[in-house]
Amino acid sequence: MTDSSLSSLSLDTSEQLTRRGVRVMWSGIQREPWIFTLAVLSSVLFGFLTVADAWVLGWATDHAIVPAFEAGETTTAAIRLAALLFFLVALLRTISVIGRRLLGGVVYYRLVRDDRFEVTASYVRLPLSWHRKHSAGSLLSNANADVEARWGVFMPLPMAIGTAAMIVAAVVTMLAADVVLTIVGLISFPLLFLANAVYQRWQAPRIALAQRLRAEISTVAHESFDGALVVKSLGREEAETRRFAEISEKLRDANVSVGRVRAVFDPVVEALPNISVLVVVWLGVMRVLGGQTAAGDVVQIAFMFTIVAMPVRSFGWVLAELPRAVVGEARVRAVLDDRSDMAWGDQELLGTDPIELKVNELSYVHPDEETTRALSEITFDVPAGSVTAIVGSTGSGKSTLVSLLNRLTDPQSGAVTYAGIDVRHLTKSAVTQNIALVPQSTFIFDDTVRANICLDLDCDDAEIWDVLERVQAHMFVSLLPQGLDTVLGERGASLSGGQRQRIALARALVRKPRLLILDDATSALDPHVEQAILQALGSQENAPTTIVVAYRKATIALADQIIFMGAGKILDQGTDAELRSRSEHYRDLVDAYDVARSEVDHE
Amino acid sequence: MSSGLGSKRRGSLSVIKEGLRHSPEVLRGLWFTLFLAVVGTAGGTLIPIVIRRVLDDGLGTSGNLDMSEVRTLIVIASGLLVIIALTGYWSKVRIFTAAEAGLSTLRVKAFRHIHDLSTLTQNTQRRGALVSRVTSDVDQISQFLQFGGIMLIISSGQMLLALIVMGLMSWQLTLIVLLSFLILIFGLKYLAAAMSKAYDRVRASVGLMLAVIAEPIVGAAVIKSFGIEARTQGRMAEAIQSNYKLNVRAQTVTSVSFAAAIVIGGLANALVLLIGMWLGVTQGLSVGTLIAFIFLIGLFTGPAQMATQVIADSQNAIASWRRVIEVIETPIDVIDPGDSAQRLGAGRDIVFDAVNFAYPEGPRVLKDVSVVIPAQQRVAVVGETGSGKTTFAKLLTRLVDPSSGAISIGDIDLTEVNFTDLRDVMLMVPQEGFLFDATIAENLRYGKPEANDDELLQVIMSLGLSDWFEQLPGGLQTEVGQRGESLSAGERQLVALARSALADPEILVLDEATSAVDPQTELRATRALDQLLSRRTSVVIAHRLSTAEKADRILVFDDGRLIEDGSHTDLVAAGGVYSRLHASWVAQSRLASGPIT
Repeated sequence: MTDSSLSSLSLDTSEQLTRRGVRVMWSGIQREPWIFTLAVLSSVLFGFLTVADAWVLGWATDHAIVPAFEAGETTTAAIRLAALLFFLVALLRTISVIGRRLLGGVVYYRLVRDDRFEVTASYVRLPLSWHRKHSAGSLLSNANADVEARWGVFMPLPMAIGTAAMIVAAVVTMLAADVVLTIVGLISFPLLFLANAVYQRWQAPRIALAQRLRAEISTVAHESFDGALVVKSLGREEAETRRFAEISEKLRDANVSVGRVRAVFDPVVEALPNISVLVVVWLGVMRVLGGQTAAGDVVQIAFMFTIVAMPVRSFGWVLAELPRAVVGEARVRAVLDDRSDMAWGDQELLGTDPIELKVNELSYVHPDEETTRALSEITFDVPAGSVTAIVGSTGSGKSTLVSLLNRLTDPQSGAVTYAGIDVRHLTKSAVTQNIALVPQSTFIFDDTVRANICLDLDCDDAEIWDVLERVQAHMFVSLLPQGLDTVLGERGASLSGGQRQRIALARALVRKPRLLILDDATSALDPHVEQAILQALGSQENAPTTIVVAYRKATIALADQIIFMGAGKILDQGTDAELRSRSEHYRDLVDAYDVARSEVDHE
Repeated sequence: MSSGLGSKRRGSLSVIKEGLRHSPEVLRGLWFTLFLAVVGTAGGTLIPIVIRRVLDDGLGTSGNLDMSEVRTLIVIASGLLVIIALTGYWSKVRIFTAAEAGLSTLRVKAFRHIHDLSTLTQNTQRRGALVSRVTSDVDQISQFLQFGGIMLIISSGQMLLALIVMGLMSWQLTLIVLLSFLILIFGLKYLAAAMSKAYDRVRASVGLMLAVIAEPIVGAAVIKSFGIEARTQGRMAEAIQSNYKLNVRAQTVTSVSFAAAIVIGGLANALVLLIGMWLGVTQGLSVGTLIAFIFLIGLFTGPAQMATQVIADSQNAIASWRRVIEVIETPIDVIDPGDSAQRLGAGRDIVFDAVNFAYPEGPRVLKDVSVVIPAQQRVAVVGETGSGKTTFAKLLTRLVDPSSGAISIGDIDLTEVNFTDLRDVMLMVPQEGFLFDATIAENLRYGKPEANDDELLQVIMSLGLSDWFEQLPGGLQTEVGQRGESLSAGERQLVALARSALADPEILVLDEATSAVDPQTELRATRALDQLLSRRTSVVIAHRLSTAEKADRILVFDDGRLIEDGSHTDLVAAGGVYSRLHASWVAQSRLASGPIT
């Protein structure tokens, strides 16, 4: 998606690109009209004052310097006035430039901040299926580099507008001084604009390429460091470095190519005003000799061009930012405009008792990969308060089924109902507050134990310790240096797999769910710990309806019914005894360890 | 938090020195480039010289001016401007080419170094923070070179040339200009320090912000299951807002210092005008020189303004550079002996001799472990969570080094074996079956890059994974997604297992590598692996005791100590920890309603 937005970008003509860039600018101005206006006013003031500076020089030349030299006198009031004017203008320019830069910066940072609020809100809003399609690296760069690229144009923009005002004022004062010299000198301006336009046309695709490579390099680095352990254990450091170096070299070449264009542009833009000053001087001398103009006017016009030359570059900066703005906008919009988020209903799940769950002819195909294995025609009931085990070989669709149960994903057909209400008609909080899923791989926040368990819930320490005891985690948590306040680090790196799973269990239980789904959530626990936890769970008063994906026989034995799955379908369902008697396939799966053991015993 | 990476803070100069040492390409031909660059900035200085000449030749006072002389002057000046522009182009191309080559080297070097750090050091860092060292930090330096760095060269060139021209015209006025700007230079010192601090804070807040933003990306499932969107959003908003505030603060400091140059420029103009007039009358200073000075002060003010901006940018770039260098200079605590390594002979016996291990500032997690594992033995390592069995595997595969004691393989100390040899003979499959965002085939080839599709299918079949494999939508070409997350945890482990079988190591270490796989598939696959790897050493960390039952030998760990060592039958008979663990395991699998009769 981001790639297609980029390739469509390179197909654009530079006028279209500029138009789109201007639209981005306009949308930003509309968001911060007041501060932006103030920044522009400061900048316009600065522009006028810069012109005033040159005007003071011309005035001083004619009224103070030249007469004083002719008279041999240095104490005239005019000289003192000229000096005072120089200083006053400089002081006012100082104040206006602070206004321009500071306010301009505030506009930019506010736009970036507000985009970040929105983009990150989208990450929270968009469904899991969307997250699966986007790499962590590219999402991070959406919230970081891309929003900055989108609004980067606001850094030079106030200055460019002020410069435009400055040019207008400069032309007016120059015209007042000498019309002919001004017009001749102004020839360099169209040339400057032309240079800017050519620059932009050359540069846009190069900058877009560099930007894309930057995203690519970030994706590779992210993945490679995420899999650092695998890279190490397979001795793939060299190969990974080569993979990274390849893109790094492409980025290097892209940056050099951007630099080459700049290397052409900068000297040309510098030379043009200087050349026009030379022309002005040459022509000016002739006109002074012909008595058509005064020396002061020539000096003033020449000075004006040297002053305006530098700020004119800000047009180039604005133009250079436009392609980035368009690319940034496209990438950010892709996130913000994605409406694949789920619509929730308005019904609540009343009461506090365990909930009954029904699954009716549920079918699911991965939307982007039609060939992917699907769930087909899954139907089963889970009476309130009962325990159901989902059993099936690896890859039979258990985890997919589980993600449909608490509506992380929606099915193509069929329905999941809670207490008779279709899950799609429930409010979001009805689902998240009543149903707790403990997933296969646990995610630990870089936060304290307490925050990891309570999340957004108000829970007191007594509750937390109670839950920790139920999941047999009170021992290790109490041994942590700051107890409940110990920070667990990114993804709980300091904990073992079993400890992470117990924190995840505690997180689910503290919410007193009315339906608990354990997706092989105890795989890293020692068997007797797992047993103790599950038995404690089942024996509690008003125990929740429980669905457990499991392989261990003891866990299966706790279940009132078993859903036996294979290849996305329900192969059989019933009690353990029933399945045992009916299905050889089932026996093979759950008795595998016993069979293995009996083989050992007979060896 | 950053205890893992180099913590002593370097000064800016030392950062630049070290940084250049790591990117030698930047220095290649630098002096010539700088010379070209200074020549390239001469355009601005040329104009005041021409104006002075013209004014003093009579334009200002009398009317007798030689037109042909003026014409020659203008033609020569135009010619010089063209040469100057060409030099400017040449110098910039040289700068970009050298700098980008240097930065690419730096980037790759840092990337490699991060992989060379021990897992222990890697784990002290947020992944996002490590990524930013090889991405945004290097980009920051590159951006600086493309804009600020060039500006710095132009500015200093311009100021230097302007100063020389001024000095030649009038030393008195030059002194006045210098004195005015001296005030600025002293002021800048403080402003630069303030900017440096402000930008350091900004960078730190960016790191924090990205780490918080990573949560809803990586932990999307948890956030959705528990409906904690509001809390997550709140945490992010807080980090974003604090980053915003720090940015505005830094912007305030830069704006003020940017403006300082303008006041000083105005002051210099006024002083030069007053004193110049006096000099003109008393010492015979010409009108042309006075006017030329006012032009030249403009050449001073512009760059001085830019300088403050550049200083701000450079603080940012140096902070980034510092972070990249910190990574590169973080000592590797598990060192590859490289060329000084001893070659592995034929022996593959593994010996742990009085090995202790403790995490930095942590308690000992492995205590006095001594054990000999003869080549080709199949060993199961058993113990409760936290007993030290995973640490044992990490030490064996040299992901960490012991705090004391020694581990050897074929009588050669592990620390003397180079990594390539070690990874060739020994392979560890960790519990988290991490896959790369690619196809199944590409992931399998991580174990053996040259394997063809037939070999891949062969391995899958021989591990008894055909049933599972056949239902994959794209066969070998099935995309596994980010971190392999399009597959279930069990499937990822199967791919990792097949990958290791393909790699065919002499010593295989499985760290609960099949914990999420169903029993039937697990047994089928691990047995097949045993067959494939017969005459190989295998060390299996297991919490499902099914593996232990079949092993030649079982090592039982408890509280960091190796407490039992023997065969399944012996240990069950001995009635110790193992027999207890096993009884509980059996009880668990027998709780079911029992075989149907």
